[in-house]
Amino acid sequence: MENVKIEPDQIISIDRQLANSPKDHIPGWGIDADPENDPTYPMKNWNGADYERFNYQKPPQQPVRFEVFHSIERPGITRVFGTSTPPRGLSGRIRSYAYKYSEATSAHWMTLLLADRVDSVEGIISDLKSGTIPNIFKERGWTAEWKYNRAGLVDKVVTGLVVTTVLISLLSSRRK
Amino acid sequence: MLAMNYRGPLRIRVDRDRPVPEIEHPYDAIVRVTRSLICGSDLHLYHGLVPDTRVGMTFGHEFTGVVEEVGSGVQNLKVGDHVLVPFNIACGTCPFCKQELYGNCHESNPEATAVGGFFGYAHIGGGYDGGQAEYVRVPYADVSPTVIPAGMDIEDAVLLTDVVPTGYQAAEMGGIRKGDTVVVFGAGPVGIMAARCAWLFGAGRVIVIDHIDYRLEFVKKYSYCEAYNFREMDDPVMFLKRQTDWFGADVCIDAVGCDASGSAMQTITGKKLLLQAGAATALHWAINSVKKGGIVSVVGVYGPPFNLIPMGSLMNKGITLRANQASVKRLLPKLIDHVMAGRLDPKGIITHRVPLEEISDAYHIFSMKQDNCIKPLLIPPRASWA
Repeated sequence: MENVKIEPDQIISIDRQLANSPKDHIPGWGIDADPENDPTYPMKNWNGADYERFNYQKPPQQPVRFEVFHSIERPGITRVFGTSTPPRGLSGRIRSYAYKYSEATSAHWMTLLLADRVDSVEGIISDLKSGTIPNIFKERGWTAEWKYNRAGLVDKVVTGLVVTTVLISLLSSRRK
Repeated sequence: MLAMNYRGPLRIRVDRDRPVPEIEHPYDAIVRVTRSLICGSDLHLYHGLVPDTRVGMTFGHEFTGVVEEVGSGVQNLKVGDHVLVPFNIACGTCPFCKQELYGNCHESNPEATAVGGFFGYAHIGGGYDGGQAEYVRVPYADVSPTVIPAGMDIEDAVLLTDVVPTGYQAAEMGGIRKGDTVVVFGAGPVGIMAARCAWLFGAGRVIVIDHIDYRLEFVKKYSYCEAYNFREMDDPVMFLKRQTDWFGADVCIDAVGCDASGSAMQTITGKKLLLQAGAATALHWAINSVKKGGIVSVVGVYGPPFNLIPMGSLMNKGITLRANQASVKRLLPKLIDHVMAGRLDPKGIITHRVPLEEISDAYHIFSMKQDNCIKPLLIPPRASWA
């Protein structure tokens, strides 16, 4: 990489040189320059008084077939919504609690993060119940790790084995 | 059908027996995916940093596909159309869509008012399954999905769903004037595209800051810019001040977001302890490196609660902070023109073409920056590789 410890005067000279150099080799240089584009996107636009902007043309409502949470910062659900992964189990209850708080609160977001972690444990339990043993090696992309970072993977596995062995030894010696 | 299945942080698998999505609303379409990409912001989900990312969800908000079925209210699309599907789900009629704020639609995401509806972006994005699958349900099909123009390469088309518009809008929001010095933080796909697009607005100098050497080498060539490794500097802000007559850059672009490296304090509080919404290192540097009265443009994705940034400098320097999700539909006509005219070469950033079945490895390679990965493309089994 370029040496960054050069004298400031030299750098200023490079700066001027680069800024003023022709840009003929750069496809489309300056083609979208527009002095009128100020302020640029996104701008605050007036879009009517409250009663006017609320009465916009709304699409038909998507039928609700399961519980859909909505932010308490709006009166209800939107006209369409995703149907992926409805709330379930303990994580679902935690999420339901989180949606009692506004998006402005940590209670909302941190509770959702907690629900996510509980959900991943519930996912493993659910897999085992249905007779699926999660292939952690494959799920974590360790096939690629073996291909591109074999030494690192070996390090991780060996460290894991050592730590596990030490912990088991400590626990079994305490029992004795 | 085949679909990616999120199982928890850093765990992903492929389901082979997932039901094909159905029409849920008169304005829906069902699309058979032909190409999809893994986005840098998917890695935030993969790393467990985004709240309400539920186990079992399918990610993916950058995809193209063939329309297989349309709802009774769809008029502009027909079965058999090959479309690129912008990542924003937009109704087209709410006050925000009417202002071309298609990334801020008010009728597509019940679960967060601060966030628009996005494909495959957790329930913070509305709870939609995404395009890392064989089929996707596409709501409001008449609004954003766009038929791929004749003669356009499918790999260029799929990059027009997010990366190119996001990079372009980053430069656009910067209000770049001819001769401006533009600093882009992050040499990921969006940072690379932002650096390339900065020239279209007449930038005089474009500098990219990152810490991955292969990406710096790539961006130097692809985006015709200078590129520096912040690991080789004592202080990137001081470096940039020296580089800009001690004034600061005219425009700084944060193309990193919440997964930034470079500050132990930000990393520990943001990524390890989750006391803030990820590490705001790049935004911190951007605010401190821009000149007084300059513009900071943010397209890096942050989580919702809050982040530690230097508000005092923002106020005292009179900085304009502009930020948003890209409004893809708004930008598509111009960007299609740039691609067709050869001014932009989106597919040039694709480094890996991977069968959808091997998605766990693709996420791992992208996340760990292995094998000089810039942008991985996923190809479903029933899609042609040609």
